[in-house]
Parts: sequence; structure tokens; C-alpha cells
Amino acid sequence: MTTAIHVRGLTKRYGEVQAVGGLDLDIHTGEVFAILGPNGAGKSTTVEILEGYRKRDGGEVSVLGVDPGHATSAWRARVGIVLQTANDAAELTVRETVRHFARYYPHSKDPDEVIAKVGLSEKAGARIRQLSGGQRRRVDVALGIVGRPELVFLDEPTTGFDPEARRQFWDLIRSLAAEGTTIVLTTHYLDEAEALADRVAVIAKGRIVAEGTPHTLGGRATASARVTWADGYAETDTPTALVRTLAEKYDGEIPGLQIVRPSLEDVYLDLIGGTE
Amino acid sequence: MTATLNIGLARASLETKLFFRQRDAVIFTFSFPIILLVLFGSIFEGDLEGTGITVAQLYSAGLIGAGVMGVAFQNLAIGIAIDRDDGTLKRLAGTPMPRAAYFVGKLVSSLVLAVIEVALLLAVAVLLFDLELPTDPARWATLAWVLTLGLAGAALLGIAVSSLPRNAKSAAAVVSMPYVLLQFISGVYIPFTELPSWLNDVAAIFPLKWMCQGLRSVFLGDAGAALELTGSYELPKVALVLGLWLVGGLVLCLATFRWTNRGEG
Repeated sequence: MTTAIHVRGLTKRYGEVQAVGGLDLDIHTGEVFAILGPNGAGKSTTVEILEGYRKRDGGEVSVLGVDPGHATSAWRARVGIVLQTANDAAELTVRETVRHFARYYPHSKDPDEVIAKVGLSEKAGARIRQLSGGQRRRVDVALGIVGRPELVFLDEPTTGFDPEARRQFWDLIRSLAAEGTTIVLTTHYLDEAEALADRVAVIAKGRIVAEGTPHTLGGRATASARVTWADGYAETDTPTALVRTLAEKYDGEIPGLQIVRPSLEDVYLDLIGGTE
Repeated sequence: MTATLNIGLARASLETKLFFRQRDAVIFTFSFPIILLVLFGSIFEGDLEGTGITVAQLYSAGLIGAGVMGVAFQNLAIGIAIDRDDGTLKRLAGTPMPRAAYFVGKLVSSLVLAVIEVALLLAVAVLLFDLELPTDPARWATLAWVLTLGLAGAALLGIAVSSLPRNAKSAAAVVSMPYVLLQFISGVYIPFTELPSWLNDVAAIFPLKWMCQGLRSVFLGDAGAALELTGSYELPKVALVLGLWLVGGLVLCLATFRWTNRGEG
């Protein structure tokens, strides 16, 4: 397994505020990696350092084998960035914009194919101003991938989407991942991380407080389960044994049976709460 | 280098397209100096001290200079402040686009706008105020270099000033003030003979006064030279000051340009 992003001891300070305080991170080539964390946890700062937008104070950072603190245009051609808030070029059409950005890259994809991929073929001739919020983010994605990047950063891509638009957007991300593109995603939505990410890291107070697959994060898979049935409930580390006992007791179906492990949200809130 | 130029020209065509799709900006930018020219030309009739030059012709030369500066300095500075605010610059900075291509795009698109602006103002001045177009090719050559140097200097100054406003909302106010002030002290609206000498000295620091002086030499001809403070159009000095601004503006740009808003970088 090769490493797309390698970070050791990353630090960044704004005046009195230590935004990032010794952060370690490894993201493998081809995986979808989600970075979770509350506002002000150092999430955006970390990602902007990885994207080459910000200088770091200390630590070791390598993105696709290059230090983003000394980004070259050859490196930028390998990295796609989908920004969180961009309202530019409102009076250009989708096709004009994507075609123009394709010129910046040495091995760009066919602009019309990219537009089709993000599902905007019907809107290719429309001005960006006339698009809905969700369609606009699709243009952002198109601009982020038109250069055929090996690595794509997506910063809170579905904020403000309705549920249907989010599902469609997730399919788009999945199809990118299926092509082997490494994807680094920051998000506030835990269901989004759960649906898309191979691995998740939680940042709080400028450090990684937990890292793992969405299913095992923070000991989620092995945490005690809450078993509820018609006549009672129990917290247990061995829910299967309890269910077996109950099944014998009721001689068949257990009325109102429910077994609940902590949700990703429970684990997440616990993790970031623990750092307060 | 060729890649930078090619992408720069592609950006110029994009920028020009964007500008013309913003109807209100188009109308305001082009009509403002034209309305002023019609207004001043109609209010102040008559000749200037037996030179055979009308006040309207004098204003024509001045407003062409002001119009070019409006396109190059004001329009550019506000445009870049908006680009910085709405994410254009940040997005571009994340691509392999050669950074210089952005500036090539801005400069070339303001050159296009300036040429249109000058043509419109000349048409109005010729049709309404009997401005005579020069017949001597040397004067056309003077027009070309004065406009090119003046435009480039003003544009670079505009790029530098674009870093002053905190965001796009304050950009119009921050940028318009120095532009309007310069017009008043550079002989566009008020004859410089009526200004105290210290104000004329201040105006002499900035490019607009020299651009207007060069334009008067083109459109008012030898008869108008007597109206100048020194009795001459001082063309070598015009070239020198505009050239210095070109270099100074470039240095200022390189030193001050920010790809993000203050507090974000």
C-alpha cells in the first residue's frame, strides 16, 4: 500500500492560538479518507496546509511525495481542490468554465466528458449564476477533476444540500473513488463519512483524537451494546449470549427486540467532548 | 513563457466576456466619462484665450485620459478585489495556471476596454464638439505610446491598490476616492492654472496628469501648448514619468499582491 499523504508532528499557530498542535496523519493511495471535527478544531487549517494554500510552522508534510509548502505547478496539476465557498465566474456558462480550466492542465480530461460525469450535460450551456446550489457544487467538482488529478480534496462538499442532492453527490464521489482517485473529504455530516469513507480521522484541538474505519472508530465495534426487549433492557459486552438466553426464555421470537451499538455520531460526540 | 502568454490571452478573452455579460458594469463604465464630456462640453462653451481651441476640446482630451484610467485603474482594482472575495483567486491559486497569466489576462482585457472607451469618447468629441482628429501620423504614434504607457501604469497601480480594501464590499469606496481626487487635481475637470502650485506638484507625482498632458499634445496641437504651465507639452518628461510608474507599479504589485483576503492568508 503506497502513501498519498504523510504528516508527522504538524504544527500551526495563529498569534496566541495553537490551531494545529503536533498532528500525525497517513492517507493511502486510492482510499477515501474523511476528516471530521468541530469548527475551530484545526480541520480547515490542516487541509489548507496539505493543499499548499498555507505555510506550516513545523512538522513534516508530504503530499504525493512533494512538500506542499514548496508547491510547483507540476504538483498542482496532480492535485484537484474543490473549494468550500466559491461564487466566481457567475456569468460564464458551465461549458466555458470547464473548458477554460482544462487549459491549465497538461493531461486534462475532455471537458464534455467531465460535465457528463458530474451530471450537468443538460446544463452545459447555462450560466453558472442560474444553477442551483447543488449544481454549482458539481461545477466545482468538475473544475477539481478536469485535470485528471491523482488526489482530490473536497471541503464540506454537501453543506446545504437537500437529501436527494446529497445522495446523488455521494454517487459521484463513489464513481471518482472507483477510478482509483485518492479522496480527502472534510465534512460535518457523520452519515456522509460513514457512507463514503474507507477510513475516518477525528480532529479536535489541533490533534487526531481517533482514527479508523467508520465501523471501528473509537472502539465502536466492540463497545457494549444495549439490548432492549418488551420486558426490559441491558447493557452488555456479549449481546449474542444474552439474546440466546432470552430466546430460550421466550421459546422463540423475543418481543420488541433491539440491539444498538453506539452510532458514529455517539462515538464522535464522545471523542470531541472528551477533549473539552 | 509561451504557455503563460497563451493562457494569459485565454484569460483575457474570458475576462472580457465576463465584463460584457455584466450589463450594469458595461453601461456604467463606458457611459460615465461620455456623460461627463457631454455635460461639460455643453456647459462651458467658447474658446480659450484666442487659441482657437474650445473648452469642449480641452475636456475631450482630459476625459479620454480619465476614461482610460477608469478602465485600467478603477475597474481593475475593484475587479481584483471581487476576485479575491468570491474565491476566483483562491481557486486559480490551486491550479497549475502560471500566476503571471492572471495578470496578463487582466492587462489585456483592460487594454481592450480602454480602446473601446477611447473610440467612443473620440466619436462623441468629433461629432458633438468639433474635435479634430490629428492628420499627422506622428501624433497618432504619440497617442499610441501615451495610452499604452498610461494604461499599463494605471493598471499596475490598480493591481497594487486592489490589496488595500478588506473585501469586495469596501472596494468601490476605497478605490474610487483616489481616482476621483486625481481627476480633480490632474487637470481633467478643473484647469490646472486655477490650482495652487503645491497641488500641481502633487498631481505631477501621479500618472494621470502626464497622460492627459500627452493627450492634449495629440488633440489640441501646437496652438494649445501655450496653455500648458510650462508652455510646452514636455513629451519626453511624459514618457519618463509614465515609464517610471510602469516600473514602480510592477514593484508595488509584486510586493503587495495577496491571493486571499486579509486574515485568511
